[in-house]
Amino acid sequence: MGKYNWNWNIFFEEVATGGEKYYQWLLSGLGWTVATALCAWVIALILGFLVGVIRTTPIKWLSIAGDAYVELFRNIPLIVQMFLWFFVLPDLLPQAAGDWLKQDMPLPEFTTAVVSLAFFTSSRVAEQVKTGILALPRGQRNAGLAVGFTLPQVYRYVLLPMAFRIIIPPLTSEFMNVFKNSSVALTIGLLELTAQARQMNEYTFQGFETFTIATVLYVIVSFTANRLMASIEYRVRVPGYIGGGR
Amino acid sequence: MGDFDFDVIQRSLPYLWKGMQYTLTLTLTAMTGGIFFGTFLAMAKLSVISPLSIVASAYVNLMRSIPLVLVIFWFYFLVPLLLQGLTGATEPVPVGSDQTALISFTLFEIAFYCEIIRAGIQSIPQGQVSAGKAVGFTYAQLMFYIVLPQAFRNMIPLLLTQTIVLFQDTSLVYVISVTDFLGAAAKVAQRDSRLVEMYSFVAVIYFLISFTLSQIVRRLQLKISIATR
Amino acid sequence: MITLDSVSKWYGKFQVLTDCTTAVNKGDVVVVCGPSGSGKSTLIKCINALEPFQKGSIFVDGTSVGRAKTDLPKLRSKVGMVFQHFELFPHLSIINNLTIAPIKVLKRSKDEAIENAMQLLDRVGLKSQAQKFPGQLSGGQQQRVAIARALTMDPIVMLFDEPTSALDPEMVSEVLDVMVELAQEGMTMMVVSHEMGFARKVADRVIFMDQGCIVEDTSKEEFFGSARSERAQQFLSKILSH
Repeated sequence: MGKYNWNWNIFFEEVATGGEKYYQWLLSGLGWTVATALCAWVIALILGFLVGVIRTTPIKWLSIAGDAYVELFRNIPLIVQMFLWFFVLPDLLPQAAGDWLKQDMPLPEFTTAVVSLAFFTSSRVAEQVKTGILALPRGQRNAGLAVGFTLPQVYRYVLLPMAFRIIIPPLTSEFMNVFKNSSVALTIGLLELTAQARQMNEYTFQGFETFTIATVLYVIVSFTANRLMASIEYRVRVPGYIGGGR
Repeated sequence: MGDFDFDVIQRSLPYLWKGMQYTLTLTLTAMTGGIFFGTFLAMAKLSVISPLSIVASAYVNLMRSIPLVLVIFWFYFLVPLLLQGLTGATEPVPVGSDQTALISFTLFEIAFYCEIIRAGIQSIPQGQVSAGKAVGFTYAQLMFYIVLPQAFRNMIPLLLTQTIVLFQDTSLVYVISVTDFLGAAAKVAQRDSRLVEMYSFVAVIYFLISFTLSQIVRRLQLKISIATR
Repeated sequence: MITLDSVSKWYGKFQVLTDCTTAVNKGDVVVVCGPSGSGKSTLIKCINALEPFQKGSIFVDGTSVGRAKTDLPKLRSKVGMVFQHFELFPHLSIINNLTIAPIKVLKRSKDEAIENAMQLLDRVGLKSQAQKFPGQLSGGQQQRVAIARALTMDPIVMLFDEPTSALDPEMVSEVLDVMVELAQEGMTMMVVSHEMGFARKVADRVIFMDQGCIVEDTSKEEFFGSARSERAQQFLSKILSH
């Protein structure tokens, strides 16, 4: 591959169509990646904890509904889910709502990406939450009930605090996955980091430089997400408990 | 909803089936390659030879921290250049998207299978290793006669779960216009303006296959956990 | 205080409790013993509705436990329970383990809850451990904390479900000492246990269960004097020969 013309200055050259410089493309892509991932993560955590909790309640129909939710969002590829939200949903809704989604919804690509990524991720979070709750000794639930807590209080004060601590490691990889998975949104037209890198490669043919920087940016984001979760894990550790130290 | 056109699905079934064949080929190739090379990568990662283990870890960590879509773009760009270098051609050698996808997926999946296999190897009690060494096995004999057979038996559910994830992920070849199952459906959808029908159908088929497979894995997991109790 | 009338319970088709009838009066200390699988733990858990039962009735302080309309959290807040595996809340410090229920359930003020908790910790000899976490205490200490936790709710009766059977032998006595003291102060107690020494010392009555039935329900003197049923005799000789 001796013929490849290296040009690391490409990032500071102006885009052929004028106006911006290439590094600005990548930075704006990074911004959309982070924004999409963080918004989706917050929603996924809320939905995931809700669904995970109802899957462990003694109320039969609730736990079945929770299981169905998880199976639905876990067994369809993310890209297909995005297409469903983006292309299919507006046609299934009543005319007015569908038209609003198609024409008037602000930031349609971003919003759709956040929603589909959030539901997709929430099913994974729900699975972890259920596993975490079931990993607790059964007596904990009884102990909570025995001191007079209502079932919601048992979850709030006894089960969830411990379950959350147990599942921080798997949640960490899910958190890192959200950033990576947000790249799928380029298929519905969101100009996130991977999309910008592809576009820059198409404009400049400097694939090495472009994809290298994109890769480095993703590695930095992954690493930051990982450290963030690790610091949360450290902060909520329980003395005398496994991993908590004495 | 009233004008849902089942006919378009029926008409395009042969085409969709060809797409599905590619999807399955891609899944099985990446799985086979991923498990085969992943095993060696796992041994490299656990190796006492530190350069080997550092390189292996770096590869795994890199692949795990960047999106699959970006990996696909990387190889789509890289493979023609690599072939040019290897064959001494004057221009980058054009490679079909199909082949690019096979290469990218295999190289990407190696990292994920490697992590499962590494954990499997590490779950084998140290006593087994000592016992193997005690009867005079070399490292290779120890691995292939004692450690890996036991490790693989425990890992089967996890390897299969990863394969279900891989099966779903193959739909991402859409980004380089490969005609896999989703790609075929998308082409029909755009040609006939039947997005609702085609994407709904695709979702249902993916769901049915993934759901069935994951139920089978769950059964298997139960069986194994009872057998090893 | 507690009355059980023909309580029966099934797990599917398998009957775990058969027509259990007994009563615990105010100030009584009743020890429930029997071979493992005899249903004694299940029976005691029915009293505060941690286990549902299908037939018969249980009244605690005049409230029917089995009725759908019964406010179970309110009922349970009056019944203290100590578990085999302690079941302290591992993410809360000892003092928070003792104050969370009084604050959240009884709506006591934080200061009041802390003051009361410290008194109880002092009583079980663990005042100095208030800021530690359950995982940092020995099994015996954890079980004493668990007793104190139950007492923070000012219970009208205390249920003990095999409180010493998960403990290392050298820690059994420190827990039993606390229980003896409690009994001597007049607390109404129902204790599932194999600790016959404890039964001899403070029990008013002994209930012997086998295969889901109450086989013996007699005074301590009678039970240890001449346990009538053969099964009870066998059980006693096995327990006591340890």
